[in-house]
Amino acid sequence: MSGPVPMPYPNADAPTQEMIAACVHCGFCLPTCPTYAILGVEMDSPRGRIRLMKTVWEHRLGADSPGLEDHISKCLDCRACETACPSGVEYGKLVEGTRSQIVAARSRSPIERVVRVAAFDWLLPHRQLLGGFAAFSIAAKRLGLGTLLRATRLGLARRMADLLDLLPDRASSAPLAAAPAIGERRGRVAMLQGCVMGSVFGETNAATARVLSRNGVEVIATVGQTCCGALHAHAGERERARELARRNIAAFERSAADAVIVNAAGCGAAMKEYGWLLKDDPAWSARASAFAAKVRDATEYLGDLGMSEKPGALRGRVAWDDPCHLLHGQKIKEQPRALLAAIPGLDVVPLAEADWCCGSAGTYNVTEPDLARSILERKVANIVRSGAETVVTANPGCLMQIQSGLRQAGANVRVVHLLDLLDEAYRSPR
Amino acid sequence: MRGLVALLGPTKVLGAHDDLLLYEYDGAVDTATPDAVVLPESTADVAALARFCHEHAVPIVPRGAGTGLSGGAIPVEGGVVVSFARMARILEIDVSSLRAVVQPGVINLHLSTAVAPHGLYFVPDPSSQKACTLGGNVAENSGGPHTLAYGVTTNHVTGIEIVLSDGTVVRLGGKAVEDEGYDLVGSSVGSEGTLGLVTEITVKLTPLPEDKRTLMAAFPTMDEASETVSAIIAAGVVPSAIEMMDQLATQAVEASVHAGYPLDAGGILLVEVDGARDGLEDARARIEEICRAHAASEVRVATSALERERLWAGRKGAFAAMGRLSPDYYVQDGVIPRTRLPDILRLVKDAGTRHGLQVANVFHAGDGNLHPLILFDSRRGPDELERAKAAGLEILTACVEAGGSITGEHGVGMEKNCFMPLQFQSSDLAAMRRLKDAFDPPGLMNPGKIFPTPSRCREFAFASTAR
Repeated sequence: MSGPVPMPYPNADAPTQEMIAACVHCGFCLPTCPTYAILGVEMDSPRGRIRLMKTVWEHRLGADSPGLEDHISKCLDCRACETACPSGVEYGKLVEGTRSQIVAARSRSPIERVVRVAAFDWLLPHRQLLGGFAAFSIAAKRLGLGTLLRATRLGLARRMADLLDLLPDRASSAPLAAAPAIGERRGRVAMLQGCVMGSVFGETNAATARVLSRNGVEVIATVGQTCCGALHAHAGERERARELARRNIAAFERSAADAVIVNAAGCGAAMKEYGWLLKDDPAWSARASAFAAKVRDATEYLGDLGMSEKPGALRGRVAWDDPCHLLHGQKIKEQPRALLAAIPGLDVVPLAEADWCCGSAGTYNVTEPDLARSILERKVANIVRSGAETVVTANPGCLMQIQSGLRQAGANVRVVHLLDLLDEAYRSPR
Repeated sequence: MRGLVALLGPTKVLGAHDDLLLYEYDGAVDTATPDAVVLPESTADVAALARFCHEHAVPIVPRGAGTGLSGGAIPVEGGVVVSFARMARILEIDVSSLRAVVQPGVINLHLSTAVAPHGLYFVPDPSSQKACTLGGNVAENSGGPHTLAYGVTTNHVTGIEIVLSDGTVVRLGGKAVEDEGYDLVGSSVGSEGTLGLVTEITVKLTPLPEDKRTLMAAFPTMDEASETVSAIIAAGVVPSAIEMMDQLATQAVEASVHAGYPLDAGGILLVEVDGARDGLEDARARIEEICRAHAASEVRVATSALERERLWAGRKGAFAAMGRLSPDYYVQDGVIPRTRLPDILRLVKDAGTRHGLQVANVFHAGDGNLHPLILFDSRRGPDELERAKAAGLEILTACVEAGGSITGEHGVGMEKNCFMPLQFQSSDLAAMRRLKDAFDPPGLMNPGKIFPTPSRCREFAFASTAR
């Protein structure tokens, strides 16, 4: 034990006892947890992690104990356990709450503090900066920096090389433009540009707007929006996440759209929880809940609305891979499958463990590279076994992680965002 | 600790305080912290561990997925918890002999999924089948909804490999249906880890039924639902499963899986018939007719596999869904003659009321295997669990008095060992003890389970003198 009196949770973002009490420790979550599947120990299962949270309330374990930090850090926050839980435990909120306590309870090394400020305060909220950084990194990667870094045989250099591997060969940071509704107007929406989406996958944003516009949905420009704060919340930086949330709420309120469309599952899941994030802020909690109720994943919105125009035909064998924060975080399962099935000519094949995390999980592939790699290898093996030529998903982290895994395995499989594929189909002759 | 690490290597042994805290619970209410946790990867690891514990007189407690409901995996007398999470391989699927050989950590449902392409399945289907392990099923002789027609785990296990407390590895039975001599496999299945550590299991596989019919019937009260159960069986129809659920349980389930159970019904039956396609329709019609004759307000027949899955998902997630009603529950597992259902169910409700606790019922009605879920909130103080246990004792006493037993499938464990004298005379218990002694002379295998222990059962002394 860390001391005579274990340190209690430092602030009000702690996982609540009420939410912990919903867990009846039945164990149904264990077989759905990727880290339990690899490590096989209770501490790295959802039930075990909830128990750890409980033992802090019971003063049997300190909020600053290394064991708590270790096992809570190893959690992917993929929330597959939430889908499996018959008791309705809101595990995502619990684990993010616990991370905020660990950040508040433990002192950080100067290097880690600098990295956190650089990533969370500078890069993510500033699209131009992040875009420049991404463009620079991609250029460096194409010049062979990865090979150079690996040649140094230093651990840190190797990790940086792994990160470079994640980047696609081309990035687009074109700003998101407004798009009119083509044909009868069926909706008027605002879109989240996103930090990574906006600086690396700008083309996917444009494709999303084109597909919406083609289906009678007007996309209006929203100035003043910023990064959604999901990565901040996952990393326990709730104060920073709240600041970004307030800026987004204010910006999107001004746009007065019917819905706020998000094409990154991780961002959508976080924005649907703005009400929870700002629950203790009386000036913002009601506004946050009203905003959250308007957030829709692009596949959810389009799937529910129905396509007004049939897309053109494409060829090839494709498989759908559920982003965790779409399936488990937002409980969206049917709509993307229906959209994929609506593209004529495609041979949609089943993918085993499509509901299983790919190991990207926000910044997990940075913070837990070894576990992330094992989880990715399992995903890659399933994809190869499925015989798919194209894997379709709907989240930037998954796109980069799966593509890099397939590339490393020498598998010639393309990974594409569902909205990009739909856009491609609309451009293809019928 | 140091000896264990030297013996097995650091990756197979846990000893840190923070880690041990997470091996003090299972799916039920009792807790105790182990002195160490070992994660073996082979039978050789298990045998080495047993020899070590034998030499140092340390108790050994096996653990599967920790979903058990009688405290079987709780190290009540300390010692080493052996987690079989890393011995989870299916070693052989022998389609022509209808057998599979598995390690104890294999998840029940994973076996059925693996053999499904051969048109086969493993019959016992406890509600926790998505998570529980076959080793745990063997230890507890687990049942499930379909025991009514197909029997419990012991009817589907033909061989085991077991490590005894001195480290000897013994193979009992094999792929054959029946062995000469004493039925030692039968003795081991359901022994709750008190005879040895099972390291390999040979199970029977069964051809998947050609077809199924699944019905959900809603009744105004539990009485009508109960009478329907007896009427179905009296009519000569043998369903593969008849499950019952009361209104409180239905509410929790609907909040969780949206199985489509009517919330206003006093009692719900879930009835399934399976087998050859011929005759299934007749059986379905007969069951439906009997339900309607007993005032069923609604009878719904699943028209697709998805609908059937939903109806079953509600039932199978029912215990865990109690988390929506109450932070804790204490589940009983008493068995009674089916015909006594109405009066014993009333008695169950009264026992709850007497102790100021709500009781939800969801159980295997066809087998008369009750599962009263006594809801309590441990945060209100230790008295809550005590009251739940007192209500539980009254319920079990009534089950035994009605000619039944204290457990159908969850095992005795450390949760009901003090209640054993309700059902058995001291000479019965002594005979069982001699069987245990033959396997485990030093008494190191899962001590404090099944048999009443003087330290924990003092207040139950009345029970042993009552007969």
